[in-house]
Amino acid sequence: MNLSVSIGSLTLVNPLIAASGCFGYGVEYADVVDLSTLGGVAVKGLFLAEREGHPPPRIVETPAGMLNAIGLQGIGVHRFVREKLPELRDRRAVVFVNICGTTIDEYCEIARILSDHEGVAAIELNISCPNIKQGGITFGCSLTGTHDVVSAVRKVTPLPVIPKLTPNVTDVASFARAAEDAGADAVSLVNTFLAMAIDVHTRRPKLTNIVGGLSGPAIRPIAIRMVYECRQAVKLPIIGMGGIATAEDVLEFMIAGATAVQIGTANFVDPFLWRKIIDGLHAYMTSHQIDTLATLTGSLDTSRQATAWISS
Amino acid sequence: MPIDVDARIISNTRLSRDYSVVALAAPEIASLAEPGQFVMIKASAGVDPLLRRPFSIFEILRDREGAPTGISLLNKRIGVGTSLLYDATPGGHVGCLGPLGRPFQPVTPPAEAWMVAGGVGLAPFVTLAEGLLANGTKARLFYGARTGSDLTHVELFERLRVEPILATEDGSRGTRGFVTGPLEAALSATPRSNDVRVYACGPTPMMRAVAKLAASYGRQCDVSLEQVMGCGLGGCYSCVVLTRTPAGPPHFVRSCLDGPVFDATRIVWDALAH
Repeated sequence: MNLSVSIGSLTLVNPLIAASGCFGYGVEYADVVDLSTLGGVAVKGLFLAEREGHPPPRIVETPAGMLNAIGLQGIGVHRFVREKLPELRDRRAVVFVNICGTTIDEYCEIARILSDHEGVAAIELNISCPNIKQGGITFGCSLTGTHDVVSAVRKVTPLPVIPKLTPNVTDVASFARAAEDAGADAVSLVNTFLAMAIDVHTRRPKLTNIVGGLSGPAIRPIAIRMVYECRQAVKLPIIGMGGIATAEDVLEFMIAGATAVQIGTANFVDPFLWRKIIDGLHAYMTSHQIDTLATLTGSLDTSRQATAWISS
Repeated sequence: MPIDVDARIISNTRLSRDYSVVALAAPEIASLAEPGQFVMIKASAGVDPLLRRPFSIFEILRDREGAPTGISLLNKRIGVGTSLLYDATPGGHVGCLGPLGRPFQPVTPPAEAWMVAGGVGLAPFVTLAEGLLANGTKARLFYGARTGSDLTHVELFERLRVEPILATEDGSRGTRGFVTGPLEAALSATPRSNDVRVYACGPTPMMRAVAKLAASYGRQCDVSLEQVMGCGLGGCYSCVVLTRTPAGPPHFVRSCLDGPVFDATRIVWDALAH
């Protein structure tokens, strides 16, 4: 059985990628999972410089999900290539480096630095973090901003460029199109949904940052719908994510149009879930007599449904 | 390397309206655990609550030959997860991931170990007391709670040759007032030449007061902090604690990896959520 999938020039052993912000720098998990058995590892978002992030509390649970406002605490790209990348390389991880900037120049500078180091498989452009005031989402919420940052980074790196899209827009498919027009190799979606929770006894927000990003099973049906909409709008490979915890969830995203998927919040609950999901994919392929998992991508059968309401 | 087991609940002993001790069959985790380490518990299979909760390993359970068979947790009913655990029945199962975190370093003679616990902050000290006993280290437990019925497992510490010194806010058992009262009396009565190491776990204001006292008497103090924790493995960056750095501004570190045990002088107490 063949679980491999292709994202442009990249071939992944399977469609499972650890989601950025949910897997540290990957090395933290080397004891619990052989990183080379994952399709990829998307490391925590990196700016050029180190960042401290927001004061705690940084997370709060909500029904079937959680809010986070970490604020992109990180070691910066220079320390990353020095302190983390060699170990990731030794462990044969397929490394997706998630990068953030406050300006297009910063994105380009980080992309250039990463392109000079062996062991980076792709660059994921974080233009969608809902928790920081400057940068990132200011590009991700504007079609021209998305186009400009993608095309600028495209020019400075030979690595695959994958913008990570926010769901906090009216029509995410138009952002996928802007990314495609600008030369992106794939898009990943969705980042978290901007959300909020309040302690009614103290009348205070439960997060120091007041608002945060919702993730977990609660968002999965919306994420599926958004992947489906983007599949109709672009030819690019789509990396789908949002509340994936089981093999069935992975299959749902692939059938909706995802080539690969990312798993985040569920890894907090069960850091050993990767093997279980791979086993679940094998079982599905056996029972449905599928040799090549990639053939599932975009295989949704809507022939019996009216689809006229879908915006595209 | 942490292990995740579907641990059978051996017993759930209610100590009071809010406290219970939950015994879990988890021999591998029990045999790996070091003093002051923690586990991440998933009390229900569903998505509410979604995340695991961190718990100190309270006791290492052993069979008659002394081989580790499991662990227990000192549970205080606060939210959804801890209520599920309080109501859990023997024969049921919970997800148990561990052991995790930086352990206590038990001192060796001639140094003495003074443990300072507030309420459910007693939890990491049984394993520490066992480590101290194995080293032959003289140990005391300064143990405070709101009322006498909240003081639990004192006899267990006595069996581990720990001298208990109790305090309750209502004066129903031990000294009336906070546990820092008898701690300060003992610190001031002990010659500087006696080596004493202080270990503290409890409510943040208590740990902060203990850290201050220890520093003023020139004693090294380790604190075990409890932060809101998402994963326990360093993935999520939610359990951070602001710590001093030798050069430069304070820095957020993950309490799951750098802690939960910290040298108290590293902590920026004003930044710690209560």
